[in-house]
Amino acid sequence: MSAMLEIADLHVGYGKVEAVRGVSLSLDKGRIVTVIGPNGAGKTTLLGAAMGLLASRGVLRFEGADLHELGVEDRVERGFCLVPERRELFGEMTVGDNLILGAYSRRKDAAFVKSALDGVFDRFPRLAERRRQRADTLSGGERQMLAIGRALMAGPRLLLLDEPSLGLAPLIVRDILRIVATLRDTGVSILLVEQNARAALETADYGYVLETGEIALHGAASDLLNDPRVMATYLGGATE
Amino acid sequence: MTPDIALILTVDGLANGAIYLLAGLGLVLIFSVTRVVFVPFGDIAAFTALTLAAFQMQRVPGTIGLVAVLAAVASLMELGAAVRRRSADGLAQRLFGYGLLPLIPCGLAWLIAARDVPEIVRIPVALGLALPMGPLLDRIAFRPIADASVLVLLIVAIALHFAIAGLGLLFFGPEGFRTTALVDGIFELPGGLVITGQLILMMASAVLLAVLFFLFFERSLIGKALRATAVNRTGARLVGIRPERTGVTAYLIASALAGISGILIGPSTTIYYDSGFLIGLKAFVGAIIGGLVSYPVTALGALFVGVMESFASFFSSAMKEVVVFSLLIPVLLWRSLALAHGGDEEHEELDG
Repeated sequence: MSAMLEIADLHVGYGKVEAVRGVSLSLDKGRIVTVIGPNGAGKTTLLGAAMGLLASRGVLRFEGADLHELGVEDRVERGFCLVPERRELFGEMTVGDNLILGAYSRRKDAAFVKSALDGVFDRFPRLAERRRQRADTLSGGERQMLAIGRALMAGPRLLLLDEPSLGLAPLIVRDILRIVATLRDTGVSILLVEQNARAALETADYGYVLETGEIALHGAASDLLNDPRVMATYLGGATE
Repeated sequence: MTPDIALILTVDGLANGAIYLLAGLGLVLIFSVTRVVFVPFGDIAAFTALTLAAFQMQRVPGTIGLVAVLAAVASLMELGAAVRRRSADGLAQRLFGYGLLPLIPCGLAWLIAARDVPEIVRIPVALGLALPMGPLLDRIAFRPIADASVLVLLIVAIALHFAIAGLGLLFFGPEGFRTTALVDGIFELPGGLVITGQLILMMASAVLLAVLFFLFFERSLIGKALRATAVNRTGARLVGIRPERTGVTAYLIASALAGISGILIGPSTTIYYDSGFLIGLKAFVGAIIGGLVSYPVTALGALFVGVMESFASFFSSAMKEVVVFSLLIPVLLWRSLALAHGGDEEHEELDG
């Protein structure tokens, strides 16, 4: 049995500094896997390397294909999509245009683009209301919705989510993670990178704890939630 | 100065401004998509005018050789890149685009060069020769250093201009040419103002092309993809837009604008092998007024430059360039002040 995404002994460096040192993780189809860890642990670097935005060494396979041989755009065409921490929206363009461009890799399939757009508007009615508004006029939560919506427009099979809760109010975080959980039901697998450990572990099936560029701990999300070490460091010591 | 003269100068200035407008749109387009200040833009315009002049004298223009050599170099580079990658994926397509397609206008130009064919045939062929120049120069000079800083790209662009202008001297000689008028006719407006068909054509073309340009960017998916690349390069890659491809599209559109400006300016200004530089530089002043990002402000800026130039040449012909380029100083001061207050939003993409 081979995993949908397989990362083994991955090294990513900026110049001489290695931000990710020998990370291995795997994700099976239909699963939500989360990588939690403190600021600066290398979470965003890990996703950047998986997406091909950063150069890396090590095993990086998606559905059996060696990702090192594929550019960022080729990965998108294969349904491997990233929602980056910085959202990277097209600020001067309308919400509608952002979404239509999200389906750029599927532009030849007009029927798909239309149904994907309807799907996103169903999931995020707020975006439908604001479709003619410029993306840079949206609130933080709406921007995150737009970033996720734009990625969904590509018809992803695996979605990499980088800190979707960053800078958002707790209520909106819960909304967004609830939507993330429902994405799995539509056949999208998810790799969720989060600093908000409790929310992430409550959403995910399996978790990895990343510390200073290395995997410190991994296990079923429910086990990690009750693991005293995780509790002490990331969950503020509080238990249910 | 009487109001009549002022009116004549304004019309004249707007006609020249129309050329700067087209060139300015091209410069902003290439800069915003690829970060290259495409100095050779004006050279492509001048070469198109000179190519048309050569056709009219029934000579073979040197541009044919230039485009053919560029196509050969680009093809060799593609082959080299394929060997290094050890993969022939997409090679055939790229060889077709860079090696074969540019030879079509070359062949047509060769066929009609020494013959007496109507203008309606010569103009599209001259434009056709202009089209591949931008994408080929991009492939040869800029693609290998696509990640370099804006300054390095600018220096390469300037070097490229001198190389091309030097070839222009070789191909077209030191003397200047004027092409025959595209339209005849002089119209007398109610106020007694006399205006030539040529001026009307220049202004009408600029308006028409500017409208098409606007519609392309607002309505078409390719236009939106170009804007997306300009607004946020990382974001564009994350939705599967390939910056090299949008770059080629941008260069192709800019080459078309350069070619059309060359055709339009040919009958009213004597064009030399190195005239392109000044056309480009004046368009650049317009583009700087628009901050190298805004199309509408660039358009207004370019028209303003044209009118300024026209008035300046009335008062002191020798000083007209001085006046136009002195405009840069207040504009740059104003922009740097505006930027200091406006925050650093433009640098968002740099650390993706």
